Amino acid sequence: MNFYLKLIWAYLKIGIFGFGGGYAMLSLVEKSVVGPGWISEQMFTDIVAISQMTPGPIGINSATYIGYVAPHSVDPTLSSPAWGILGSVLATLAVILPSFFLVLYASHFIRRHQESGIIKAIFSGLRPVVVGLIASAAIMLMNAPNFNPNGIDWQLAVNISICVASFCLVYFPIPWRGKKIKLHPIIVIVMAGIAGFLIYGL
Amino acid sequence: MQNSKTKIPEEIEKKNINWQLFSSFFKIGAFTFGGGWAMISIIEREIVDRHHWIERNDFLDLLAVAQSLPGILAVNIATAVGDKLRGVRGSAIASIGTILPSFLIILAIAIFLTPDVIKENKVISSIFMGIRPTVTALIVAPVLTSAKAAKLSLKTVWIPLVVALMISLNIGVISNPILYIFLGAAGGYLYFLYTHRNLKHRQ
Repeated sequence: MNFYLKLIWAYLKIGIFGFGGGYAMLSLVEKSVVGPGWISEQMFTDIVAISQMTPGPIGINSATYIGYVAPHSVDPTLSSPAWGILGSVLATLAVILPSFFLVLYASHFIRRHQESGIIKAIFSGLRPVVVGLIASAAIMLMNAPNFNPNGIDWQLAVNISICVASFCLVYFPIPWRGKKIKLHPIIVIVMAGIAGFLIYGL
Repeated sequence: MQNSKTKIPEEIEKKNINWQLFSSFFKIGAFTFGGGWAMISIIEREIVDRHHWIERNDFLDLLAVAQSLPGILAVNIATAVGDKLRGVRGSAIASIGTILPSFLIILAIAIFLTPDVIKENKVISSIFMGIRPTVTALIVAPVLTSAKAAKLSLKTVWIPLVVALMISLNIGVISNPILYIFLGAAGGYLYFLYTHRNLKHRQ
């Protein structure tokens, strides 16, 4: 039971301090769930990928998935799916509860003071931090478990190429029939999955 | 099919609105990929254009409040819209509608795609080996777009660099993201006081 309290506390914190949207939340999520060893680095990266490919906000998706997986990985006696579902429900509710009450009770205050210099100043201070938070999530995922799990040089080279290629595909518009289009991240993930299967699976 | 131009009596409309609120936000939760910002245009179409629940200007106000609060943007918007229409009950209905689709989908995936399956199934593990480097790239892209949106200058560009470095060093409290959220807010506030006082001195 103790573990569930920790899970709720972790996701309440993520809900309270999750400024700047899904990606900025990631470093907070990683610190809270990979740090104490609830799930592995690789598992965390997989969850981010799964969240990208399924509908809905990344904060909810990660809470639901980690809430389900973590009880079992922390305590093997909690292997029944019911414990996992309990974890999912608690983590998901915990991550939305703080902002739920803030929107209900603090929105009037914020709306009244929206034009005030102080509120604007605070958010202008937060904005560069949010950029740093997103960058830290990216840096923390650039690790051996994600890029070179088997310690083989050619695999590291392949994985770095996949990373660079996916960045170019997502970031730079591609000319297509006279128009410039940006590839949707889901398409890039699917392409990377196919590449992974062709290179490592056959 | 009901003609959309027939006027529905107000009482029936009130009873129905809970259900409509739920089904609208359920749809929003089920069909938007990529989170927050991608959702906004769909929410706007459902709430403002289709159901006329909220005027466009009011919607923009709600949006400004929702994005300045912490938490998940889509849920914040759902809470704000629900509150405006039906009070606390409306908020709860809209929020649950938003999270339910992704909750159910992810739960189903979690039940079948456990860490052991990903590790032991050779096809699935090879697919994820290719996907992991891509996920990193997908997070680098918003770093650059958010840096542009934040209008970083030479005076402020060190802030994200230091924050990213300190957090990824992974040494105890110094690497806690919450610390930098506090510092950012406090820094913005102090800078405000400083410039404010300078202005007063000059006058």
